[in-house]
Amino acid sequence: MEILKLTALELGEKIKSKEISCRQAVEEYLKAIDENDSVINAYITVLRDEALARADEVQAMIDRGELADSPLAGVPVAIKDNMCTKGVLTSAASNILNNFKPPYDATVVEKVKAAGGIIIGKVNMDEFAMGGSTETSHYGVTANPWDTKRVPGGSSGGSAAAVASGMAPYSLGSDTGGSIRQPAAFTGLTGIKPTYGSVSRYGLLAYASSLDQIGPVAHDIKDAAAALSMISGTDKRDSTSVIGYSADKSAAIKPGKNNAFDFTDCFADEADPCAKIRGMKIGIPANYYGDGLDPEIKEAIFKAIDMLKAGGAVIEEFDMPIIDYAVPAYYIIACAEASSNLSRYDGIKYGRRTKEANDLIETYYKSRSEGFGAEVKRRIMLGSFVLSSGYFDAYYKKALQVRGLIKKAFDEAYEKYDAILSPVSPTVAYEIGGQIADPIAMYMADIYTVSVNLAGLPAVSVPCGFSKSGMPVGMQFIGDSFQEEKIIKMASAYQAMTDYHTKRPGIFGNAEKGGDN
Amino acid sequence: MQITDELIDYIGDLSRLHLKDEEKEKAKADLSDILNYMEKLNELDTKGLPEMSHPFETVNRFREDTVTNVDDRENLLSNAPESKGSYYKVFKTVEQ
Repeated sequence: MEILKLTALELGEKIKSKEISCRQAVEEYLKAIDENDSVINAYITVLRDEALARADEVQAMIDRGELADSPLAGVPVAIKDNMCTKGVLTSAASNILNNFKPPYDATVVEKVKAAGGIIIGKVNMDEFAMGGSTETSHYGVTANPWDTKRVPGGSSGGSAAAVASGMAPYSLGSDTGGSIRQPAAFTGLTGIKPTYGSVSRYGLLAYASSLDQIGPVAHDIKDAAAALSMISGTDKRDSTSVIGYSADKSAAIKPGKNNAFDFTDCFADEADPCAKIRGMKIGIPANYYGDGLDPEIKEAIFKAIDMLKAGGAVIEEFDMPIIDYAVPAYYIIACAEASSNLSRYDGIKYGRRTKEANDLIETYYKSRSEGFGAEVKRRIMLGSFVLSSGYFDAYYKKALQVRGLIKKAFDEAYEKYDAILSPVSPTVAYEIGGQIADPIAMYMADIYTVSVNLAGLPAVSVPCGFSKSGMPVGMQFIGDSFQEEKIIKMASAYQAMTDYHTKRPGIFGNAEKGGDN
Repeated sequence: MQITDELIDYIGDLSRLHLKDEEKEKAKADLSDILNYMEKLNELDTKGLPEMSHPFETVNRFREDTVTNVDDRENLLSNAPESKGSYYKVFKTVEQ
């Protein structure tokens, strides 16, 4: 039980110091999965034998003195089921891919393996990452470990639920419109959506290619930053991965090997938690804190603002009216890209093929109609429509222009501020079935997250309190492109002053629980 | 924007999706609602503004045209619903 309470980096340290063996760590997590996943349903695939065999391999390497500079060597990790793992089911939680075993590893998976990581399983998600609750999965809904009647958020809900319930020390998720940050907020975890282009998308099953980005879901900012350092960097196989970003933005960025991030100097000192953010300017967009926001969340964030102010950060409100247009622009663009990306699922080269067809065209229609779920179909149809002749200018072109306006507003904000502080979600985690029937309500809940993806910015979501109902509350620091260091410094300073990120749900019976009940 | 019967059939064809009758009625209503909501963007005057399709200004990234693929046919075909020899198997696509 002790192993499960460690952070990923603490576990990595104890493995290096031979206090805990890689096999012990894997066995402990497999046991937790056996005990809890029948209730949580975070895993689509558990790699029991593979992880144990790999644990022995990694242990041998560590014993030979290898992997010395890999802080997460020997530490188990859960991978969202939309990242290719060679020979292991990669379904994107869709019926159309329920038998797909990729012939290659995604770049991030290669990097995890090279760093001595042990992949313990593939975790649940909304089908093709389309949703914010993990309810659209072909493999059933995942429960929130803080209250199993509630959703864990999404689309990386399996990642968040696995980590929050102690079934994985950290996880890789993907964020197209909030899919890392919102589940992290719903489950009391820390999640980073990196700058577009800083993590390779090679081997990530594409939803919306100009918005998708892979990132970590973890217990605290140190774990998340270590995982991001491990997976970031230029990749020849993804032409949108950014080369040499240190030159074009700021001298504050110190890329490590192969343009990977190095966050060594970002972490707060307990004795003076705010030393590294003193004098930094944080902007608060006034229209993010209006009527639509749950007052309990507003209160929690304003408490955090007071702490950061007291620590010496300079915080002021400003207006950013354009972000009210982010949700419609986002859904037009994301659906347009999805309709194109998902046209590859035709029942021919991989995935599920219908048994009912009599010719090629019918094979396409029936394989897709049987294989995709309702939300995915809805987004493909929306995307096909906004790209269709006669409607292209009114919807798609218009949305791209609004995207430019949103980016411009952020550029202007970053002339004044080092970061923006905002809510992640208008509510805490809601009950299963509570929102899925109303697509517009579901889309509008993404109000605080999607503009970050439209502008390609980095953001980190951190826990900042609990609601009266005992559910975690999150907030996000949004940085300028490739200014991950700044937002990680802020998150670290905040976590050095608070203990929300150390709380675990009552699923083990003996853990602390936040809130009043 | 109202989605008519003709339009939903056209969108279904563009998407290569067959919709059952009840799915069609729901899709018509949902898409109409969502598109009406999206029309909020018309409050903004965007005449002549550039279209932003990517987070950064990108340039073509050229490389030498050297073959790097390995022969992985068996592995790739192992995922095919149907294959024959070294080919994917599909219905006849050309009329005789």
